[in-house]
Amino acid sequence: MRAGAMARFAANRAAVAGAGVLLLVTAAAVLAPWLAPHDPLAVDLSRNFEGPSWANPLGTDQLGRDTLSRLLYGGRVSLALSVLSIGAALLTGVAAGLAAAWHRGWVDALFVRLVDVLLSFPDILLAIAVIAMLGPGHLSTIVAVAAYALPTFGRITRAAALASVSRDFIMASRAVGASSVWMMRKHVLPMCLSPLLAQATVMLGKAVLLASGLSFLGLGVQPPEAEWGAMLSRGRDLIRTAPIGAFAPGIAITVVALSFSLAGDGLRDALDPKATPA
Amino acid sequence: MLGRTLPVLGGVSLLVFLIVHAIPGDPAVIAAGLEASPETVEQIRRDLGLDRPLPEQFVTFVTRAVRGELGTSIRTGAPVAEEIADRLPYTARLAFWSVLVAAVIGVGAGLVSAVWHNRALDHVVMVTTLVAVSTPSYWLALMMMLTFSVWLGLLPSIGATTPLHYVLPVATLGLQSAGEVARMTRAALLDVLGEEYLRAARAKGVPEIRVLVRHALANALVPVTAIIGLRFGGLLAGTVLVESVFAIPGVGRMMVDAVVARDFPMIQGGVLAVATLYVAVNAATDMLATLADPRLGRA
Repeated sequence: MRAGAMARFAANRAAVAGAGVLLLVTAAAVLAPWLAPHDPLAVDLSRNFEGPSWANPLGTDQLGRDTLSRLLYGGRVSLALSVLSIGAALLTGVAAGLAAAWHRGWVDALFVRLVDVLLSFPDILLAIAVIAMLGPGHLSTIVAVAAYALPTFGRITRAAALASVSRDFIMASRAVGASSVWMMRKHVLPMCLSPLLAQATVMLGKAVLLASGLSFLGLGVQPPEAEWGAMLSRGRDLIRTAPIGAFAPGIAITVVALSFSLAGDGLRDALDPKATPA
Repeated sequence: MLGRTLPVLGGVSLLVFLIVHAIPGDPAVIAAGLEASPETVEQIRRDLGLDRPLPEQFVTFVTRAVRGELGTSIRTGAPVAEEIADRLPYTARLAFWSVLVAAVIGVGAGLVSAVWHNRALDHVVMVTTLVAVSTPSYWLALMMMLTFSVWLGLLPSIGATTPLHYVLPVATLGLQSAGEVARMTRAALLDVLGEEYLRAARAKGVPEIRVLVRHALANALVPVTAIIGLRFGGLLAGTVLVESVFAIPGVGRMMVDAVVARDFPMIQGGVLAVATLYVAVNAATDMLATLADPRLGRA
């Protein structure tokens, strides 16, 4: 990031706060094995649905497992799933968008149709269709969330690349015999980076929401593994007996999703000062 | 309009058709259920035409789907189309009332926000809407249930038998979608509020409220209708999380149960029906936008 953009980002208090919260949450997730007071999978049926205590600061769940420990370990899973799925979507979306912009013709036409079709599924419906094919689990959650994010990245890349492939320096580069892959890396891809970086940050927040929603439905991360959405799947029993166990994961998801969108909006404004701040 | 909608619907049905063929294993065994006898599997293979070439199968799939024939459920043995017809009204009611709540509250909040731009009230609306769109709907639903059913005992918590049962689910989805509508209304209004014709109207002595509603809001209508339409379409599938919390027997819940039971005809039917409705709602929204602003039709 250039110094000017860095300064603009630092001046945006909401974005800095979002980034700060994300750092804290990531640290807590990484350090979960050292921070968690208990084993997140240790079942103690004699102590289920307990309220907060010194031993269990956030109480226990339906199987007597420690909610705080599950929250910390759940953060690892939720964050890792989001980062992996957005990473996968970026790789495929950028590759497809570049190919479409470079080759034009039928490659581009196919790309546009495919994006249209993917976008004509509401997010959760596309995810359900993907999981129907692959069966529930980590990998299918990643594929499902990536399939949702892919068209957005593909579109941004294609638009930014189309704007640059007809510029003079590309023509010149082509004239002196540069290979197309080299030109992509050297000239076209850098033009797409700013909008992609900002959009990827915003999409990470949406990925946390979608992945945890799938786990809540029982289609994502499977029990007994701790994950924020999965922790709420017995929410109706929780709110009657130990509501604090239902507060914690929901607040965690909201705070992380909110922080990603604040940081992402901040990045967009900092990287592209011409865009009017909304 | 149709030139874009039809290819999309074709792509959607191809994707839904491929659900069964993309998974590892014999589609006939999958369609028959894993416990079925070899004879049943062969019977099903012939009945469903699974011994025919793939392109031919796809054409059959689409012709049948157009006629409303979506096969039979592996789990219940009932026609998928009937099951969808039973479940869809719950989801449609939920989506319709939610989007109505979202439109009223969202446009109102967006208007307030734009008129008092950069003042305290605007900041409150912006922060609230941002939190609303970042909150998982199923968690908001649980919190509503905790407050209004468990603590206050005012409203029923689960089921969908009386209109009262819809209050909490509609409030959950409506308030959440209102966030997006409010942001779009605000942005669209801020775009037009600086325009000359509004100053002219004011100078002419038109009352401020009339300037806002008749002149400003009317011109902000296109993006606002678009986001409301998009939310309505999104809610047709998005209700699934809230249906789960409140035990409402809608299409969303039906699809999730079908995925868990690996009931493929049911999954395909559900996904196809909801995706088609979504595309139809979006096409209708585009059409409305063209009516509201004839310039769009010419572009």
